[in-house]
Amino acid sequence: MQKMPQWADVVLIPLISLILAALLSALVILAIGENPWAALKLMVEGSLGSTYAWGYTLYYTTNFIFTGLAVAIAIHARLFNIGGEGQAMLGGLGVALIALFIPWPHWSLALLGGAVGAALFGAAWALIPAWLQAKRGSHIVITTIMFNFIAAALLNYLLIGALKPSGSMEPATGRFPEATHLPTFQDMFSTAETALFRGAPVNVSFFVALLACVAVWALIWRTRLGYEIRAFGQSESAAKYAGISPTRIIVVTMLMSGGLAGMMAINNVMGEAERLVLNAVEGAGFIGIAVALMGRSHPFGVLLAALLFGFLYQGGAELALWTSIPRELIVVIQALVILFTGALDNMVRMPLEAMFLRLRPAPKPARKTEPAE
Amino acid sequence: MDFLTLLQVLDTTIRLATPLLLACLAGLFSERAGIFDIGLEGKMLASAFLTAAVAAVTGSVLIGTAAGIGAALMLSGIHGLASITFRGNQLISGVAINFLAAGLTVVIAQSWFGQGGRTPQLSGSARFETIDLPLAGEMRGDIPFIGPIYAELISGHSLLVYIGLLAVPVTWWVLFRTRFGLRLRAVGENPAAVDTAGISVVGLRFAAVAICGLLTGLAGAYLSTGLQAGFVKDMTAGRGYIALAALIFAKWRPWYALGACLLFGFLQALALRPDVIESTLGFEVGVQLLDALPYILTVVILAGFVGRAIPPRAGGEPYVKER
Repeated sequence: MQKMPQWADVVLIPLISLILAALLSALVILAIGENPWAALKLMVEGSLGSTYAWGYTLYYTTNFIFTGLAVAIAIHARLFNIGGEGQAMLGGLGVALIALFIPWPHWSLALLGGAVGAALFGAAWALIPAWLQAKRGSHIVITTIMFNFIAAALLNYLLIGALKPSGSMEPATGRFPEATHLPTFQDMFSTAETALFRGAPVNVSFFVALLACVAVWALIWRTRLGYEIRAFGQSESAAKYAGISPTRIIVVTMLMSGGLAGMMAINNVMGEAERLVLNAVEGAGFIGIAVALMGRSHPFGVLLAALLFGFLYQGGAELALWTSIPRELIVVIQALVILFTGALDNMVRMPLEAMFLRLRPAPKPARKTEPAE
Repeated sequence: MDFLTLLQVLDTTIRLATPLLLACLAGLFSERAGIFDIGLEGKMLASAFLTAAVAAVTGSVLIGTAAGIGAALMLSGIHGLASITFRGNQLISGVAINFLAAGLTVVIAQSWFGQGGRTPQLSGSARFETIDLPLAGEMRGDIPFIGPIYAELISGHSLLVYIGLLAVPVTWWVLFRTRFGLRLRAVGENPAAVDTAGISVVGLRFAAVAICGLLTGLAGAYLSTGLQAGFVKDMTAGRGYIALAALIFAKWRPWYALGACLLFGFLQALALRPDVIESTLGFEVGVQLLDALPYILTVVILAGFVGRAIPPRAGGEPYVKER
């Protein structure tokens, strides 16, 4: 039985969770002796106040859409992919190899090739945990955590060794060739008179992220595979009974999840840095968890939540620049969002459900009239 | 590798294994009671920070440690509230706690000390001093072989190292020889049966989570006042996850946990001495490989190729009294 209307589940609960997280964050800001209201204004100004600010916000949003979708698609199969970080790192490796060693004639082909490479490498990194979960029953959360660390060690090894250009001291690959330069919003939208998005890293991969949202939506709700994934997530035994192979669903879902996380690299590696550096992912893989929880695992929700986190991320950078509030405040907010939308979900849900049950204009009067006749 | 170098590496092993061991036993209590805890890292970090901060202000490491344990207990309380009271997802709660600690420690450290998210350097009574066991000096020279082992390896660690080593038999005794331990293990395997016997599932699980907080508190205190002199940002550096790996490696058993933590500590100690590896093996081994080895070994164990690791059966499942 549905205890409350759908809109409450989809809109009200995330909203209340968000307000709770925001209130606690405001308390933290108060406690360290800053003004929360001023901080909020500064954040809004710094992340939404100009096309430059939007350029950064949308750049972060692009990252979080990919990692958020990665976590979301796995949640539909009731798999918790905590390895987005490692998969995105490997995606970066894929993009770097493809950009460095294939002479691309045009950026559009390079984007296509880069996306394929990123997705393949990210998916490959999710394959072993998926297979172990499906075949050996090893818990996917633990294995994907382990693979995050293994990925970090692997990238460390490659960037200090094989991929570092000779003579360079920095643990990073060489610059990608000019032909792989993705057009930024500045290149696309600026006219001769007005320069929009000047110097901001947001680039064409933002549209790829939007396409990915649509593709994931279509996959989950409009294809047979998506139906099977959701059925498996709802009840493994029922799915098995219906002839759905758990192994296939786990492996395919995790491959797509890893691929999406990996595709983040076309934004941060190919679009922004234009070379692969150490720690290129910067925790975006973990933010994906918050984004997916906040967005209720729906691609449109993920898009909105990614925008919110893009705003927080860019706003937080501005705060760190102009006030004594360190950047790590964003990590606190992120933690609170995960806590309230994920772990303490029932704390918000139980009283709300009770309230809706009480408010329900019960069909009792209608029933009462029957025996009277 | 000569004898003295070996002793040095093993000495470092013990010191590096101690935070792993304390955190691993913390996880052991929690997971044996059916509460998955991937928030070990965060609790250690919170405790490391508050221990160092309070020790820096008061000049007393003991007051600092008490504060650190308090911080870890608070996070344990959040974890318990989310996963026991509100029956939330224990894994997500653990992730949230890790981020909460990673963010809050730096924000508060910056606000209190203004040194870029670190605490002042600790010295003197604000740190755990090393304890020289009796006769260590005399035995070093007089008795060959055993003397140096006693003096270099066993003696000369801080109090928390010995507490950590002592915690292993205590954990074993509590879990396998007391009524409380039996109930705690039962609640991780079949909470409904425990409930039927009239014992509070919620109470037992909260007790387990509290013990977990106490032990991670000690682990964090050792990090910032024993192993290092002060708190720096993200100083746990994945140790909570290595402890988790060790827990799986040990198949949720205390004595095996000691072995696993010593092994992983040994790998960390070796990573600090690349010259020793090269002279012993005759070829270079990448530090990155040593870093990754605990995780790779854990995946292999999880895959079930080297004996199967079976977690407590009710692990990760919130207990609902009536269906």
